[in-house]
Amino acid sequence: MRLAFMIAATDPSVGGVLAFGDRGTGKSTAVRALAALLPKIRVVAGCPYNCAPEKRAGLCGACTNDAKGKSELRSAPVVDLPLGATEDRVVGALNLERALAAGEKHFEPGLLARANRGFLYIDEVNLLEDHLVDLLLDVAASGLNLVEREGLSLSHPARFVLIGSGNPEEGELRPQMLDRFGLAIEVRTPQEIPTRMEVIRRRDAYDRDPDAFHKHWAAAEKKLRTKITHARERVANVEVPEAALERATRLCVALGSDGLRGELTLIRAARAYAALEDVATVGDAELKRVAPMVLSHRLRRNPLDDSGSATRVERALQEVFAK
Amino acid sequence: MSVSDAVSTPWRRASLAAAVFALDPLGSGLLVRSGAGPARDALMARIAEDIAPMRLSRAPADIADDRLIGGLDVAATLQAGRPIAETGVLAASHGGVLAIAMAERISTGVAARLSAALDMGEVALQRDGLSAILPAHVGVIALDEGQEDEAPPPALSERLGFWVNLEQVGWRDVEPPALTPEDFAAARKILPSVKTDDKVIETMVAIAAQFGVDSPRAVLFALRAARALAALRGETNVEHEDIELAAALALGPRATRLPAPPEEEESEEPPPPPPEEETPPEDQEQKGEDDTPRELEEQILEAVRAALPPGLLAALAAGLPRNRRSSARDGKSGEETYSMQRGRPLDARPGSLSKGRLALVATLRAAAPWRKLRLKPDEKESRRVIVKPEDFRIRRHRQKKGATTIFVVDASGSLAMARLAEVKGAIEMLLADCYARRDTIALVAFRGRVGEVVLPPTRSTARAKRALSGLPGGGGTPIAAGLDVALDVADQSRRKGQTPLIVLMTDGRANICRDGGAGRPRAMEDALDAAKRIAAAQVAALAIDTTQGGGSGPDTPVRALAAAMLGRYVKLPRADAAVINAVVRGALPQ
Repeated sequence: MRLAFMIAATDPSVGGVLAFGDRGTGKSTAVRALAALLPKIRVVAGCPYNCAPEKRAGLCGACTNDAKGKSELRSAPVVDLPLGATEDRVVGALNLERALAAGEKHFEPGLLARANRGFLYIDEVNLLEDHLVDLLLDVAASGLNLVEREGLSLSHPARFVLIGSGNPEEGELRPQMLDRFGLAIEVRTPQEIPTRMEVIRRRDAYDRDPDAFHKHWAAAEKKLRTKITHARERVANVEVPEAALERATRLCVALGSDGLRGELTLIRAARAYAALEDVATVGDAELKRVAPMVLSHRLRRNPLDDSGSATRVERALQEVFAK
Repeated sequence: MSVSDAVSTPWRRASLAAAVFALDPLGSGLLVRSGAGPARDALMARIAEDIAPMRLSRAPADIADDRLIGGLDVAATLQAGRPIAETGVLAASHGGVLAIAMAERISTGVAARLSAALDMGEVALQRDGLSAILPAHVGVIALDEGQEDEAPPPALSERLGFWVNLEQVGWRDVEPPALTPEDFAAARKILPSVKTDDKVIETMVAIAAQFGVDSPRAVLFALRAARALAALRGETNVEHEDIELAAALALGPRATRLPAPPEEEESEEPPPPPPEEETPPEDQEQKGEDDTPRELEEQILEAVRAALPPGLLAALAAGLPRNRRSSARDGKSGEETYSMQRGRPLDARPGSLSKGRLALVATLRAAAPWRKLRLKPDEKESRRVIVKPEDFRIRRHRQKKGATTIFVVDASGSLAMARLAEVKGAIEMLLADCYARRDTIALVAFRGRVGEVVLPPTRSTARAKRALSGLPGGGGTPIAAGLDVALDVADQSRRKGQTPLIVLMTDGRANICRDGGAGRPRAMEDALDAAKRIAAAQVAALAIDTTQGGGSGPDTPVRALAAAMLGRYVKLPRADAAVINAVVRGALPQ
C-alpha cells in the first residue's frame, strides 16, 4: 500500500489508487498519513484552485487574467470527500452568504477546486451516490470542472489523484470507476503474530500520547518526503527501453486487459518506481514489482477460473518473463 | 464475585460489557442483540445512569443525511438573511452516546457515516453550500432487533467494542447493579493512568489469533476493556482477571473458531517478546502469579471459552461458518431504483413538477439566495420569497427492487461436483451483469438430510467466490428440504422488496423425506408438496432437469416438480455455465 501511494505521489499521471480489503487493516489511516509525506507545492497566492505560478496554460480564470501574482508555498492538498456530501459542495456553487446578504453572485469553490494538484480521498468509495461517481469520472477524465448551475457558468482546473478505499463485500465498484484507478491494492489482515503486535503497540502508543508519537515518527516521515521529492526530480530522466515496453505490452496481452490504459499505467508506474529506487532504466525488476497493482483490477473476469487475480498476474508474469 | 461468575449468565455478561462500555464510551460502541423488552430497557437505563454526565440520545435507523450530518436550516436562513446551519444528530451527540433503534435496518450508507464519526471523532459537513468539520466524538449503541440472519452492517458492528445478546434474557434474570454511578465517576478519574504493557498486548494478540479474530480493532477494544476493568476495580494495575474478562467480553463474541488443542499448537508458539530491558513493575507482579506467558495464555483461553455464549460455542465446535448474517443484502445503490413516489427519501433534484412531488424545503432553499434580487425595487422591505420554476426541486425516493435468483442445487451423489462447478460459473456470469440488472443471487444446496443456504442473496462476487469455494457434495437427495429453504429465502427477499425467482437444478430422484427418513415414494410426495407451496406463494420458478441420457418422457419427476411449482421446465443434461445463464436470464421477471 505504501509503495502504491509513493508511486502516485511521484507521478500523479499514474492515476488514482484504490485500496480494497478487510476491515480494520488501516486503509483510511494510511491515506490520512499521506498528507504528511507530500512535498509542499508552490501556488499563486490566494488562489483557491492551487494554480501553479510557473505554468501559463490551464490556470483558473482569475490567475490567467492577473499575470503577475505573488506565489506562496502550500502543503499539497489531501481532500476528504465524505459520503453524504451534496453536489453543490463537490463542484462548488453560489456563495449563499454573499448572495443572501449582499445579493451578489459569487462562486464558492467546492472540494474539487481544493483538491486541484493534490489528492481526493473517498472512503467507502463503493457506497458513493451514483450521480457523484459520474461527476467525478467526468472531471477526472478532463482535468477540468465545468460549473453550470444557479446562473453561474465557469470552469476551473481540477487535476487530482483519486484515492479510494472500501470493502468489496459491501458492494462492488462500477467497472468504469474501477478502470479509472491506475493502481489497485488488496489489503489483508497480517497473520503473523509479531506484525500484529507491532500494529497494536503503535496504535496504543498513539492513543496514549499522540504528540510523542508524531515526534517519534517525524524523522521517518521526513525521509520519505525527501525520497518523494528526489524521485519527482528524477522521474522525467528515467529511461524506458524498447525491451521494457515490449514486455509490458506482452504482459497486458497475456492477461487480456482491455484498452491501452493498462500498458500506459504499467510503464508510468514502473518509471516512478525506478525513480524512487534511484534506478536509471526501467528493467524487468521494476515491471515485476508494479505489475500486480497495475493489472490485478483490469483482468477480464473469467467465471470458471477460481484463482484470485493476484495469482493470475503472478502466472502471467512468470510466462512472459520466462522468455 | 469470581472471574467465571462475572460472566456466567447472559445478563451478567451483558451488564459487565455495558459497564465497561459506559465507563469509556467515546469512539467505541455496544451492539445489543435483542427484541424490545424489559431486560434491554433495564440495560439501557443503567447505561444512561452510568455514563452521566454524558448524554444518551437516540436516532432511528433510517435517518436521512440532512438529519445525521446536518445541513441548511431553511427557516432560520430566511429569517436571518444569511445561511444558518442545522446541526446533525452526530455533531449534536458530541461527547455523548447515540443509540440507534432497529439497527438491523441500518443501510450500509448510514453505517459508513457512523463509522467515519467513530473513527475520526468528527463529522465532515459538505452539504447545501456549507463546509465544516464538526467535532463528533461519540459512542454508539446499536439496538439490533434482527430476526435470524438480519444484522447491522459488519462495517458498523466491527467498530462497536462489545456485542451482547439479550434474546434469551427476561426481567427475572435482571440483577441489581454491582456498581454505583459514584464508582464510575471515581473509575473515570483513574482510567487515564491505567496502562497496558507489552506483555498484555502480546497476550491479547495471541488470544485473538487463537479464536480467529482477525481485526486489530478487536484487540484494541480488548485492551481498552482491560484498562476499564482495572479502573472499575479502583486499581491502576491491569491484573490477570482483567485480561481474562476483557478477552471474554471483547474477543469471545467475535470468535470465528475454537483454539486448537494445546499439543498441536507448538509450531504456532508466539515468538519471544522483543528484547526490551525494562519491564514495568506490574509486569513483574503478574509474572509472580503466572509462571510463564504461555500458562497465562492457556488460562485466558479457557476463560474465554467458558464465557462463550452456548449457541456460538456449539456452532464453532461444529465448524459451521459464522457471520452469514451480513450486509450483502444491502450493497450499493444498484439494488435500488430511484422512484419519485415511494421508498427511502433521497436528496431532492431539480426537475419539473410534472415528474414528481414538490420538495418544499429544497425548493425554498434554492429560492432563498435570490430573494433580495427578485424583489421589485418598491418592496425591498417585504419578507416575500419569490419562487421561480427553475427553483423547483422534486423528491426522489430510493426503492429497493430487482430480482433475486435463488439457485436450489442438488449437491447429492457422485455428479454433484461437476454440476456445482457449472452452477458456480453461471452464478458468476449472472453477477457480472448485476450492475445493469440490479439483481441479487442466492444459492441453496441440498444433500444428506438438509437444505442449506450456501450463499445468501448477494451482488458481491467476492462473497460469492468465498461461499462457493469448498462447497461439499455427496449424500442423499432431500429435494423437499431444499425447496423449503428456498421458499424461506424467497420470502425474505420479497419482504425486502425484491422479486424472487427459484431455479431448481436436479435429476429429481428424491430419496429423503422432510423428516429426514429415507424412502423414494414418500420423499417425492414431500418434494411435490414443497413445490406446490412455492406455487401457492406465487414465486416464479424454473426447473432444470440434469438427468443424463433418456427419460425425457412427459412423466419425469423433474417435469412433475416443475408443474407443481407452476414453473417452466428445461432439460439440460450437460448444462454448462453459459447455457444456464441464458436460460435463467430468459426466465427472470422483467
